[in-house]
Amino acid sequence: MIEVFIFATLNGLVTGLLLFMLASGLTLIFSMMGVLNFAHASFYMLGAYFAYSISLQFGYWTGLIFAPLIVGVLGAVIERYGLRKVHQSGHVAELVFTFGLAFLIEEAVQFFWGPDTKGYQTPELLNFPLFTLFGQEFSAYRGFMIAISISIFMGLYYVLTRSRIGIIIQAAITHPNTVANLGHNVPMIFMCVFGVGTALAGLAGVIAGPVLTTFPGMAAVLGSIVFVIVVIGGLGSLAGAFIASLLIGLLQSYAIASDLGMPDLLNLLGVEFERSHPLHDLWTITLPQIAPVLPFLLLVLVLIFRPTGLMGKREQ
Amino acid sequence: MLEVTDLHAYYGKSHILQGVTFNVAEGEIVSLLGRNGVGRSTSVKAIMGEVAPAGSVKFKGQEISGKKSFEIANLGLGYVPENREIFPTLTVRQNLELGIKNGQTSSRWEIDELFDMFPNLAERADVHGGVLSGGEQQMLCMCRTLMGDPDMIMIDEPTEGLAPKVVEQVGNLLQEIAKRGVAILLVEQKLTIAMNISKRVYVMGHGQVVWEGTPAGLLKADDIRAEWLEV
Repeated sequence: MIEVFIFATLNGLVTGLLLFMLASGLTLIFSMMGVLNFAHASFYMLGAYFAYSISLQFGYWTGLIFAPLIVGVLGAVIERYGLRKVHQSGHVAELVFTFGLAFLIEEAVQFFWGPDTKGYQTPELLNFPLFTLFGQEFSAYRGFMIAISISIFMGLYYVLTRSRIGIIIQAAITHPNTVANLGHNVPMIFMCVFGVGTALAGLAGVIAGPVLTTFPGMAAVLGSIVFVIVVIGGLGSLAGAFIASLLIGLLQSYAIASDLGMPDLLNLLGVEFERSHPLHDLWTITLPQIAPVLPFLLLVLVLIFRPTGLMGKREQ
Repeated sequence: MLEVTDLHAYYGKSHILQGVTFNVAEGEIVSLLGRNGVGRSTSVKAIMGEVAPAGSVKFKGQEISGKKSFEIANLGLGYVPENREIFPTLTVRQNLELGIKNGQTSSRWEIDELFDMFPNLAERADVHGGVLSGGEQQMLCMCRTLMGDPDMIMIDEPTEGLAPKVVEQVGNLLQEIAKRGVAILLVEQKLTIAMNISKRVYVMGHGQVVWEGTPAGLLKADDIRAEWLEV
């Protein structure tokens, strides 16, 4: 039992921290521009595909460095020449733009790399078990994923709270005109934040690609969960996104690892249904089966009981 | 230093500024006076590029009409907005540091010196700006703009809602700013400070400058004060 709990916690951490890498960029972009970037998970997918192609020629580590950079530059260019122009037409136009961009990127990925799953592999260097506990192995690559994610979180936290650029970003989020009046190039700051946000998504794709498989639907798999996270955490709250990412990562992991289900609950209540009962399927459902639905269930509960999210603030 | 000629500005279809013309010389203190809604604040916003201007605005001989706010600020024109706009989640020190421009190497003003002038701010250097009193926020806002070492500063209603003692402090700071060769455009509704420290004053009404002269001249012009300034 204890080994199941430990490994479920570790796997939950891996997933949660990976989700945070995506959610942090999305939250930063939302804080600054007030728009939910529907194409954010598409940049995650691009990160995985770019890294896969680079790794074929130059190896995994070159892809790890250059793929996020390429995605970041692409994101910055899209902000500068696309989103900034659309911004003048309001938030609806921005939403439609990012929605269209998500489709465009998915089609482009299928066009250039094909519809099949790519054999993007973990690096040889990390192909060993980091430790063995209760006879179960925890791979070094998963440990590497945790290390990268925590480093990114700490780096981001340091930059945003301690560095001059972080202070300028914090101020520009709430008072862009005042920051501009002090001589800071706010549109340039916005472009850089968008670039960094998409680069983080790209980095998440690079490290998740070999584990969660690299295929054209990978953006759709994580995309909706990331939106759930930023809403549960509270729109615009980085700390909220962090908590919600871990919460959802652990929740899903515990649900998958558990062997509980409706039959256990019904047995406890002393209720039994015939196999021929019309709702038999519902009474036999197990927790691992509904694990993918849990984030959305949590979203509904948060929206009912705390509509601003865990750390969000009510709009003035 | 600043030459504004036939400046027009609109909010939607409303024609707010209808040909404003005035100038401020190097190191001079000039006040822009008038009742609420006559276009004083819109004038400085149009100069800073916050409101789209039509007409000519020259700063240090360079046309700045149509430039972006950050470009205008980097030319040496500072702006202290009416609502202060302190960054509430940043500390007092961080607020001040934000005023320093990127690549700025020297300044007429240092943080420690400003802290000496305003011990209240020094005591609360590591406190979030959002918890300061109105007077402290006004001082912080002015000091933050000074950290960028502007050659001219436009200050919108610096004494609005402040206690008489704080108004006196604002007056002293304005004198110090002028002493260091920084030109000031003071936008005010009340005459108290403006009449004491200004070299020249402009009176605005209906989106235009309706009178210009010296403070002494305005004191004598009872009809102008009655028609355009007194409530």
